[in-house]
Amino acid sequence: MNFEISIGGFVAVYIFMITGFAGWVIIGRVPAILHTPLMSGSNFVHGIVVVGGIFTLLNASSVPEQAIGFVAVLLGAGNVAGGFAVTQRMLAMFKPSGQGAAHHASHARSKKSTGPAVVKRLKPKKA
Amino acid sequence: MIVSLSQLIIGSVDLIAAFLLMFGLWRMASPVTAPSGILVAGVGMLVAVVVSFLYVFTIDAAAKPYLALNVGLAVAALLIGGGVAWWSGRKVAITAMPQAVALFNGMGGGAAGAIAAVELFGGRAHGATQLIVTLAGALIGAVSLSGSVIAWAKLDSLLKTPLKVPGLQVFNGAVLLLAIVVGGYIVFVVSSGSTPLLAMPQLITLFFGIALVYGILMTLPIGGADMPVVISVYNAFTGLAVGLEGFVLQNPALMIAGMLVGAAGLLLTLLMAKAMNRSVAKILFASFGPGAKRKQGAIKGSLKPVQASDAGIFMRYAKSVIIVPGYGLAVSQGQGKLFDFVKLLQAAGVSVKFAIHPVAGRMPGQMDVLLAEAGVPYDLIEQLTDINDAFKETDVALVIGANDVVNPEARTDKTSPIYGMPILNADQAKKCYVVKRGEGKGYAGIVNPLFYADNTFMVYGDAAAVCVSMTEAVRGLGSSAAAA
Repeated sequence: MNFEISIGGFVAVYIFMITGFAGWVIIGRVPAILHTPLMSGSNFVHGIVVVGGIFTLLNASSVPEQAIGFVAVLLGAGNVAGGFAVTQRMLAMFKPSGQGAAHHASHARSKKSTGPAVVKRLKPKKA
Repeated sequence: MIVSLSQLIIGSVDLIAAFLLMFGLWRMASPVTAPSGILVAGVGMLVAVVVSFLYVFTIDAAAKPYLALNVGLAVAALLIGGGVAWWSGRKVAITAMPQAVALFNGMGGGAAGAIAAVELFGGRAHGATQLIVTLAGALIGAVSLSGSVIAWAKLDSLLKTPLKVPGLQVFNGAVLLLAIVVGGYIVFVVSSGSTPLLAMPQLITLFFGIALVYGILMTLPIGGADMPVVISVYNAFTGLAVGLEGFVLQNPALMIAGMLVGAAGLLLTLLMAKAMNRSVAKILFASFGPGAKRKQGAIKGSLKPVQASDAGIFMRYAKSVIIVPGYGLAVSQGQGKLFDFVKLLQAAGVSVKFAIHPVAGRMPGQMDVLLAEAGVPYDLIEQLTDINDAFKETDVALVIGANDVVNPEARTDKTSPIYGMPILNADQAKKCYVVKRGEGKGYAGIVNPLFYADNTFMVYGDAAAVCVSMTEAVRGLGSSAAAA
């Protein structure tokens, strides 16, 4: 059996188009308060380029190819590890009222009750 | 057998990885689910990287003699690059997050560019379509690499003043055109069959050189406050470059992840540009600030300075306070001290909210992260559209380190350079305190009539120091007053 993937020109364009729409919808849901973690998180996601770097380096058959391939994996790995580290750190900082710091009773909301407040933001805004 | 099995495993795992990366971003829709979202995406990335070593069963015949060395190099590169970045990502200050994101983004662009370089120098790109896509990915990746490095240097204050040279934009356009011409020439010569790709390493080097130079030139003239847009643009660029190289390598996971990020970067770019009331083209290709020459109408009223302690005590006896933090707060590292003051107000029964303008900070949403780091719960942090109507029923608006984003001229004065920009309605609160270093103007270089309004009072001083004074003044009232 042959499981080799082959994507021709137009199929690629279709993939790009559908993914572009999906990305637009997925990212559009993210509230503004999370835009920095979103950016570093999406930054982490394009770190998948390291997989392409590994493929290229494994197929290298000359010293220049090996050198450039090495740089590709090096940079890609940096993109992945750094992107994950900073995103995870930032997201761990977002806490609801009532966790840790002192707060007034009227502001205390349980973790559950923050749900609707967030959902409210997700509704499409009227122009 | 092993060949098709390895293909099957790589194909299936990459499919799962692509799903997990998308699902991880999907979970970023709320602060409650977002921390698990990045873990989900992390798992997807990890399995994709591990499984990519199964490519050893399907490598080119020419690479077989070097297999052991290449695997060793790949592992070493993963450990070194991943280790250093992980260590610095753990260590970097949250205030330095825009620089860190710019740098990691540049690495991704560089990796995409390097993959394209191997394809080009090794003569691996076959056919005009593949060659054009490879070159496009190379161009975008290289621009993203050098541009991100310059953005990093600017954000890290290594480069202080934006480069303003008359005619630079025209020159930049010519440089970009030259890169496209060289790329087009390569495609033309290779497809005509007269010269193989392998025979023109000089031209390919020239192409990469021009692309890198263009990234530098494009970023140098852009000012500090426009950085949210620049970072978003390069994020989109790297995503696009990764997606294009994914097509070249026939790897759908790269195509999907890259294009996903491309769309994310585009959306954030447009959001930021809208919040600044400027077109993306103007931010990237035109200068701003000193060019805005206009006679501002006479401003009624006067600046009324008050002591920080008086402002603090007044807020202690208010019912509701909305705080508008700006980049000035982050510069003075006053977020934690501000939250100390807020906790005192809350203990005294004052309702306190934070109102965040989309472009507060040097990257989208930076102020939210800085407040979260200081311990501010996310349910106290409101975005512009959600809180703007609440100002008119609020006793006090405390503007701290922000200027242009609360300038009411944006609503009323059609001749103002910031006319139409969405602003926070701090002027509609019953009373407004503005904490500022001095009487200077904001980034747009215009006077803010809010500061002269009858119900606005100025507290001069460093944001962090003012917060400390306000806290001490309220504490000085004694525990009886604080509990009243």
